Amino acid sequence: MKIHEYQAKQLFHEYGIPIPKGITIRSAAEVRQAVAGLGHIRLIVKAQIHAGGRGKAGGIRIADSAEEANKAAETLIGKRLVTEQTGSKGIPVNHVLIEEAIDVAKELYVGFAIDRVSACVNILVSTEGGMEIEKVAAETPEKIWMELIDPAIGLRPFQVNRIFYQTRLDHKLAREMGGIITNLYNLFMDKDCSLAEINPLIVAKDGRMVALDAKLNFDDNALYRHPELSDLRDDQQENPLEVEATRHHLNYIKLNGNVGCMVNGAGLAMATMDLIKHVGAEPANFLDVGGGATAAMVKEGLKIILSDESVKLVFINIFGGILRCDTLARGVVDAARELKINIPLVIRLEGTNVEEGRRILAASGLYFDVAESLKDAAEIISALIRP
Amino acid sequence: MSIIVDKNTRLVVQGITGQEGTFHTKKMIEYGTRVVAGVTPGKGGQKFDGIPVFNAVRDAVRDADANAAAIFVPPSFAADAIMEATEAGVSLVVCLTEGIPTLDMITVRQYMKEKKTLLIGPNTAGIISPGKCKIGVMAGYIHKEGRIGVISRSGTLTYEVVDQLTKRDIGQSTCIGIGGDPIVGLKYLDLLPMFENDKNTDAVVMIGEIGGSAEEDAAAYHRDHMKKPLVAFIAGVTAPPGRRMGHAGAIVSRGVGDAASKMRVLEEAGITVVKDPAGIGETLEAVLGK
Repeated sequence: MKIHEYQAKQLFHEYGIPIPKGITIRSAAEVRQAVAGLGHIRLIVKAQIHAGGRGKAGGIRIADSAEEANKAAETLIGKRLVTEQTGSKGIPVNHVLIEEAIDVAKELYVGFAIDRVSACVNILVSTEGGMEIEKVAAETPEKIWMELIDPAIGLRPFQVNRIFYQTRLDHKLAREMGGIITNLYNLFMDKDCSLAEINPLIVAKDGRMVALDAKLNFDDNALYRHPELSDLRDDQQENPLEVEATRHHLNYIKLNGNVGCMVNGAGLAMATMDLIKHVGAEPANFLDVGGGATAAMVKEGLKIILSDESVKLVFINIFGGILRCDTLARGVVDAARELKINIPLVIRLEGTNVEEGRRILAASGLYFDVAESLKDAAEIISALIRP
Repeated sequence: MSIIVDKNTRLVVQGITGQEGTFHTKKMIEYGTRVVAGVTPGKGGQKFDGIPVFNAVRDAVRDADANAAAIFVPPSFAADAIMEATEAGVSLVVCLTEGIPTLDMITVRQYMKEKKTLLIGPNTAGIISPGKCKIGVMAGYIHKEGRIGVISRSGTLTYEVVDQLTKRDIGQSTCIGIGGDPIVGLKYLDLLPMFENDKNTDAVVMIGEIGGSAEEDAAAYHRDHMKKPLVAFIAGVTAPPGRRMGHAGAIVSRGVGDAASKMRVLEEAGITVVKDPAGIGETLEAVLGK
């Protein structure tokens, strides 16, 4: 789960990580009051969306006066911001963070993440803050330092020291930076984060250290033990079809193609999307109905696929194991009757109760393109999408 | 022959009286797996279809001589169940549970580092040596006894590949799902040497997907140490970066772990990479025919 910068900064504050003075507003009416409350001449106005690339897209603005800050905030709030990561329709800006502008002397990067190879949490620190860490890793890897954290003993002070002294920062900052790193680690562990980043962590001209930006992602598998985080979820930042799918326990991701697909199992779903691409079309979505899908879930899944107007053909690919083919077939027939589908529906069934599934499809009196194998399905789709 | 599981495997099912545990225990017994015990705390002393149920895995090892454990317990208890089975001394733990918190799995992996117990999963369909033993949720009948090893991160995609093989009369020695999570037990790199050393396996099919670097590690091993042919498929060519594609591990993190770069690394290591998911069986047949 992703959260907004202003929410992450609130958590930083709770964990003793210094953040700039700031106020989050939800409507244009609140702008003036907020700016007055901050009492600074130079302010930063930051659109709050669940996507990167805000700066380049005009979502982060510097204001030299209260008047300018007003203007900037009013142009952002309630609008949609399009960045290189959002797609052409953009994401709604429902929150704007207005903060004091701080004169920066040095920018650093601090991040915690999961290292799959060693099966540990690791920390990355770099003196090249403010840049994407991947870019730093590619261009100047000697400016990144890493420590693996043994879960049995946690992040040790010697590791914090080792990282700090490699950065060659003034040793007067050791205590402050060490505190920030340790607090961020505690936050990461307490809240089951999958990523915690400060980029940049700055040394201000007045000598203090401040987290200018904040990014926290949480492990979806662990959300059940963090009811306090559920208030931080912002469904408006997600695609409405994806939110709808989640309500029905379906795993749907909207893509940009025109061949919709419904599959059981994540790996087979990805392979099915790849097959669609392989025959010269583009997948419109990822949809995993899961192992325990019911006829009702299959129906809801089909509804969601069909509510995407760019979909010109639907491919249902089910390898029945736990999900039986007859269950699937009943769901498809129900949905087809109710939704009056007028685009081709290619169905490939295999596995548990496949004969019964095929019989239900044939006996429905509806027309489906039934494929005998994955190869057969590929040929049917290929023929149907040719103009 | 086969690797890891066979006729000598004596299975204890943790969570045998739960809905999933009950259903799949019956299926495993039907397939011929020797299920010797079940564990559900508080139900020790009861019987499940004639199988003794114990309160703890240690009791099942002592009294029923179990040497492998299958875990069908909910995500919040599953990490503990893996550690319990490991501590009790079974040689294999297969964890079918999906949705275990990543930090819990980090603790498990560190705990198991110095232990001899092998872990398969979590979030896996399990392991099957056709005709001998099945520990997992896969449909047994699509498999056929034979000489091909199959390793995969995904459940139903493995069924698809196995089906393509079986329909071409190509049987399997052992099929293993390593699991779709970021932190799992055995990986390709641990399993390839076992298949290389198994005199009854002729070739291996590796079904990978986006995310992480397990496929790349396997490629380096194959190039340096393996004589048997390896045919690989990587799912997720069309996956958008940064999105979790069902499996928690299937995220292309900012340019790392994408399908194209994985395929390139595999091809450079001399591995046959199949681009068309419908053509995996066909390609393997061609490779075997050479």
